Amino acid sequence: MPMVNLSLIILVLPLISFLFQIFFGKRLEHKKGEWISIALVLTTLLLAIIMFAQMLFDYQPDFRQEASINWVNLGQFQIEMGVLVDNITIIMLVVVALISSLVHLYSVEYMKNDVRYSRYFGFLGIFTFSMYGITIANNLFMIYCFWELVGLSSYLLIGHWWEKKSAADAGKKAFIVNRIGDIGMFMGMMVVATVAGTFNYQVLFERIASGAWAAGVQGLFGGVDPNTLLTWAGVLIFMGAIGKSAQFPLHVWLPDAMEGPTPVSALIHAATMVAAGVYLTVRIFPLLTPDAMAFVALIGGFTAFFAATIAITQNDLKKVLAYSTVSQLGYMIMALGTGAYVAGFFHLVTHAMFKALLFLASGSVIHMMHHSLTKLNDHHTDAQDMRNMGGLRSKMPITYAVFFIASLSISGIPLFSGFLSKDAILAGTWSYAAHIHDGWLAQAHLGWILPFFGFGAALITAFYMFRLIFMTFHGEPKRKDIFAKMHESPKLMTIPLMVLGALSTFIFFTLPSFNPLGGKSWFQTLVKQPETVVPMGAFDSEGFAHGLHLAHYPAMYTSLIVAGVGIGLAVLIYILKEIDPAKMAQRLGILYRGSLNKWYMDEIYLNGIIRPFLKGCDAIAYFDMEIYDHYVIDGVGRRVKALATGTGIADDLVVDGAVNLVGIIFQWLGWTFKFVQTGKIQNYLIYVLIGVLMVYLINVF
Amino acid sequence: MNHLESYLILSALLFSLGLYTVITRKNGVAILMGIELILNAANINFVAFSKFVTHQVEGHLMAIFIIMLAAAEAAVALAIILNLYNDQGNINVDEADALKR
Repeated sequence: MPMVNLSLIILVLPLISFLFQIFFGKRLEHKKGEWISIALVLTTLLLAIIMFAQMLFDYQPDFRQEASINWVNLGQFQIEMGVLVDNITIIMLVVVALISSLVHLYSVEYMKNDVRYSRYFGFLGIFTFSMYGITIANNLFMIYCFWELVGLSSYLLIGHWWEKKSAADAGKKAFIVNRIGDIGMFMGMMVVATVAGTFNYQVLFERIASGAWAAGVQGLFGGVDPNTLLTWAGVLIFMGAIGKSAQFPLHVWLPDAMEGPTPVSALIHAATMVAAGVYLTVRIFPLLTPDAMAFVALIGGFTAFFAATIAITQNDLKKVLAYSTVSQLGYMIMALGTGAYVAGFFHLVTHAMFKALLFLASGSVIHMMHHSLTKLNDHHTDAQDMRNMGGLRSKMPITYAVFFIASLSISGIPLFSGFLSKDAILAGTWSYAAHIHDGWLAQAHLGWILPFFGFGAALITAFYMFRLIFMTFHGEPKRKDIFAKMHESPKLMTIPLMVLGALSTFIFFTLPSFNPLGGKSWFQTLVKQPETVVPMGAFDSEGFAHGLHLAHYPAMYTSLIVAGVGIGLAVLIYILKEIDPAKMAQRLGILYRGSLNKWYMDEIYLNGIIRPFLKGCDAIAYFDMEIYDHYVIDGVGRRVKALATGTGIADDLVVDGAVNLVGIIFQWLGWTFKFVQTGKIQNYLIYVLIGVLMVYLINVF
Repeated sequence: MNHLESYLILSALLFSLGLYTVITRKNGVAILMGIELILNAANINFVAFSKFVTHQVEGHLMAIFIIMLAAAEAAVALAIILNLYNDQGNINVDEADALKR
């Protein structure tokens, strides 16, 4: 069967799951309906693995299948619905199917006492459906449709516990912040559609490469430089990725999204949906000009560093992981911006595994914390606050083990998957800084800021991940009463953890080579960096590849050193207690407070944008109600009313008077003539006689 | 008595008497008799014109038709008057005003 058909089956199955859960979920006995959803999503996993196996069997870097139908036909301009299957699609499908399946299984246990159990599985279904849609779309319009659908399912799932005000607010915030990015994306799409006349990736790239783009710009806008417009188109479409992948300055929704159930955080807000922004950037990569790439790289790099600095001071288990996710997404975006295309997509895949693992493992801890808090009848203590944990290593060995593996992976320690991808990204930034001279970032001699962000974030990441582990699993238990009631999570939760733990090791990503430091793996062979289609001043891919080769070892050593320093610092502070964190926080003063308060981003938005905006709204409302309505609308109303009264009087007197007069005349006539018509034939004969006599008399005289 | 005028004068007298009867009488049968007078006045005219003006027999034929017609008319009218009597106990035509009331 062609891959396209398989991918369409994969797309439809979760939709069936959604429809089933929404319409029939409640009628089934509790804890029965979800197995249908799980069976459907496991089928998609199986199909995805079949496609994956086929891909490995063929081993074709240029594999590509496309099929589409005309969906909207507007004369010369057509919008398609179509499927594009290449190696990237297949890898992404496997990632989404795998994480989604594991999260479905995990949720059976995690959500077992939930009031909206069947609805939860239904929403997981529509999310999985939309994510597959993004993955297999072959044009920008279709990806936009599914893009909004994942936004919707994210909103629904963040607000799953909407009785909690914070959860309902977080859902709204996620939705609205994403809209801001999506407006940019839509504008970018409109630029592309206006100039190139198509949404299809392949056709679009061909038109840009062949000069049709430049001709189109010339025809439409005259003196505008086609490359500048291409830069703008790329940056605008990338704005969608800024929103969805929670990049600075639109990152604020992702930490709040942690109000949703933890498996949802793992699936949507760590592994797949937030990676959709990266996936979009991967898809449009060939049309990015050096200037657009510099913008992408700077946004990504700054986000990676900025989010990491916040993660250090957070005490909420999931908040740390949320900022860590923002930071890692920044890495991926930065990689794409620096031209390290394969590394960026590679990090998406490895990160999906270990970050989903981190979230599910933290979910395991939180689930058990809830358990023991419920047993203690304590409803005030925060089950997610690390200050209530500690020493859990002995009680939850499996969770601890997989958490440790994932932390090593994210910190970039050899033998684990994160090392491979992170190292490639860092080498990419190094090469970009040293060897690339295109794009405004390099021309402004700021190229070295990217490796600085990259390595700085790597240091901080290693530190905060081990801080998290040490505060949660090591040391003395801070709450003895809770600690006594803790135990390992049930099998349905630990099995997905172990699967993901295994997938966080290097071996699955380096095959057929067994070198833990990388080498020519299947991934690097099958995912091929596409040729840029920018006609003039294109990105210097050759110079970059050369630089990448040179930077490989220095970058690796540096990254190992910074990871070691980060872990060492965490050990010094939280295990050996050589440095007191409280004293250090005091010494750092403003830096500490800034980080703890997320650099006041929410406050800046509240006071800088939302409040002035609301004030503006109030002013406009005042103008509208008090001035415009009062004087213009009501004024016109009063005039018209007076005029209407005058017309009414005239109408009553003249028009109605005339009509009534006619009536009165005929009434009088009828009243008069009714005496003539007696109904007696003899009277009529007299009238006839009179008539005849009169005719006779007239004739005679 | 061999002039057209004398027949016409007779006919005019008969017609006037008949019309007077029809207009003044309330009794249905009397009105019917008045109508017979008018018809016979017409008959005399037909025959007189036929004899003195055209010298043909169409006027005679027409007179026979009218006699026959008058017989049929008398039958229908008497049936109506009989029903009128059944309905209101007398045969006064000016009291037959049920449709007007």
